[in-house]
Amino acid sequence: MPGKIRVVVAKPGLDGHDRGAKIIARALRDAGMEVIYTGLHQTPEQIVETAIQEDADAVGISILSGAHMTLVPRILELLRENGAEDVVVVVGGTIPADDAEALKQQGVAAVFGPGAPTGEIVDFLKGAVAA
Amino acid sequence: MEKSKSLVDIENSSFGSVSRPHRIEREDRRKPVAGPYESGRNGLALEFAGMATTEDPQAVGDLEEWRRKRYEATPERQGELFSTMSGVENEPLYTAENAPVDDDELGFPGDFPFTRGVYPSMYRGRLWTMRQFAGFGTAEETNERFRYLLEHGQTGLSTAFDMPTLMGYDSDHPRSLGEVGREGVAIDSLADMETLFEGIPLDSVSTSMTINAPAAMLLAFYACVGEEQGVPLAALRGTVQTDILKEYIAQKEWIFPPKPSMRLVVDMIEWCSREMPLMHPVSISGYHIREAGSTAAQELAFTLADGFAYVDACVERGLDVDDFAPRLSFFFNAHLDFFEEIAKYRAARRIWATRLREHYGAKNPRSWLMRFHTQTAGVSLTAQQPEVNLIRTAIEALAAVLGGTQSLHTNSFDEALALPTEHAVRLALRTQQVIAHETGVVNTADPLGGSYYLEHLTNELERQAIEYFDRIEQLGGVIPAIEENFFQREIAEASFRYQSEVEAAQRVIVGVNRYQQEDERPLELLRIDPALEQKQIERVRAVRAGRDSAAVEAVLAELKRAAEGDANLMEPIMAASRVFVTMGEMCDALRDVWGIWRETPVF
Repeated sequence: MPGKIRVVVAKPGLDGHDRGAKIIARALRDAGMEVIYTGLHQTPEQIVETAIQEDADAVGISILSGAHMTLVPRILELLRENGAEDVVVVVGGTIPADDAEALKQQGVAAVFGPGAPTGEIVDFLKGAVAA
Repeated sequence: MEKSKSLVDIENSSFGSVSRPHRIEREDRRKPVAGPYESGRNGLALEFAGMATTEDPQAVGDLEEWRRKRYEATPERQGELFSTMSGVENEPLYTAENAPVDDDELGFPGDFPFTRGVYPSMYRGRLWTMRQFAGFGTAEETNERFRYLLEHGQTGLSTAFDMPTLMGYDSDHPRSLGEVGREGVAIDSLADMETLFEGIPLDSVSTSMTINAPAAMLLAFYACVGEEQGVPLAALRGTVQTDILKEYIAQKEWIFPPKPSMRLVVDMIEWCSREMPLMHPVSISGYHIREAGSTAAQELAFTLADGFAYVDACVERGLDVDDFAPRLSFFFNAHLDFFEEIAKYRAARRIWATRLREHYGAKNPRSWLMRFHTQTAGVSLTAQQPEVNLIRTAIEALAAVLGGTQSLHTNSFDEALALPTEHAVRLALRTQQVIAHETGVVNTADPLGGSYYLEHLTNELERQAIEYFDRIEQLGGVIPAIEENFFQREIAEASFRYQSEVEAAQRVIVGVNRYQQEDERPLELLRIDPALEQKQIERVRAVRAGRDSAAVEAVLAELKRAAEGDANLMEPIMAASRVFVTMGEMCDALRDVWGIWRETPVF
């Protein structure tokens, strides 16, 4: 039997909107995953360091500050630099559709907007990590 | 009737005798004489009357009988919950039997305990202030938006600052990367504040500033712009949010640990009561607590507990409660559960007035008044079928007005996707104007007062709040409770419960878990030009390059010295502002002395 999926739920940037991140963290844990929540105001460097230290299968980035086009690409770049490009990166928050498309082209596996059911995110991660 | 007397001592005024005839009338109304079924006003009523006659020719005598014979005769809908959004159970019907109304607990509008409103005339005297929160890009873009709103009939300004400003970082700080001007306006120094209010005489507007950890610096910038315009400090009107406690609890834009932060808040309150008596130095905010996922009762309880903590801190400083309490203001959320929201505002006024009079011994009736701003719930907006948000916002705004708000921001329908466009903001403002001028709800004070259901909910929320006050007290007060993550856990718990109810379809959100629509037409969104960040970085660097550096060093050293001691920090902050010390530099000086706050994350 494979081990539990390990997910880092991360809040990059300066916004303090953590309702979504906490709900997702709890839903993933309830779905049987090992969840590490970084807490607020993390730099891309801190997030990637946590992902590597925790040997994460996936990183879930929650961002509502509008800085996603700066911070998410930086996280992807740092993961690559550290040989951790196999980590599945998903993003949640207020991300306009064209930004979501651009992020996916850069390597984000999925973008979940407001109102996305937690079950959908759980299923996606299970599929993406197993693949 | 002696008005002033009834304000001071309700028991011995003529107030009691005035209310008696009302009570007798109410009892009369309760008698089961010719029932409403016989009125036959519409087809439904007639049909129901027919149904009732075959079973029981007599009208029911009491609530229990009504429930048994009438209500339980037909099945309830299955699936969706009948409790309020916050989980307060609802009976199928409220009457004087299960929800007796105590007129003394209501009082008159403008009279203790202010359940029915803080002013005797309410909206017949003055409408609420329509105050749309705005800010994006640099001071120039936001100044343009301010003027647009003033031209379209807005009556007060409300400033949204960007994340770096909220966190006390200048625009060129590495942590500000990608965040400058994104969720509000970037203000680094007095120079930006001058641009923000260019062409807007500060003696003609009241300005609200949503700023907390570095509130003292932004207030000082504003005061300096006033000085430059030749407006005396005593004539500046507005509100600075300054509510650091709710930052630790919910909004999470903090800098320093709670204790020095509280000292800065009290410094501002003390200084304003002397120098800027028309400024509200604190706006004690439940809005963000609710947005973080709390229930209505938690919003009410935690906000009021924060309010009491500020009063305690000021009293501890040696201030007289009547010198500062009249300038404390509040800020609540308007969510979608209509009656629960209205009840929340009414309970809040009553609890505040009672506590200020009974517990703190405030003698000035103005100290008892809870005046508040309201914003419709951002969290209730959906990214799906966003036009539907216009309807949600209208209903929420109506609840705020029926709850007696003093000012109101209505969210724009596109805000689950981005900062609002001008078009969306105009519709949001028009929503308030329709409520004010077309619906008639402003024509009488507290029009829902006396409703069995509303009064029951008001009492219930008050009861739940008082229960929370006891729990917080047992933890040693608000700051120890923050340090123990008490509020954060309670809110996370409530928000997870609600989300689970939504996912189980026990709560329906139109367009999200029912009535979904494929192939939605994408909206035109406001895009913040990424070039603005660079423009602002160059601005702050130019400001630094053009200063008298000896003066800057001197005022920063003075600020640090003052922070190490216990002098009021507002004067050194004013002095630093005048020589264009940046907000980030002042915050850094204080970080050196006080350290920074880190939360232990819980979920």
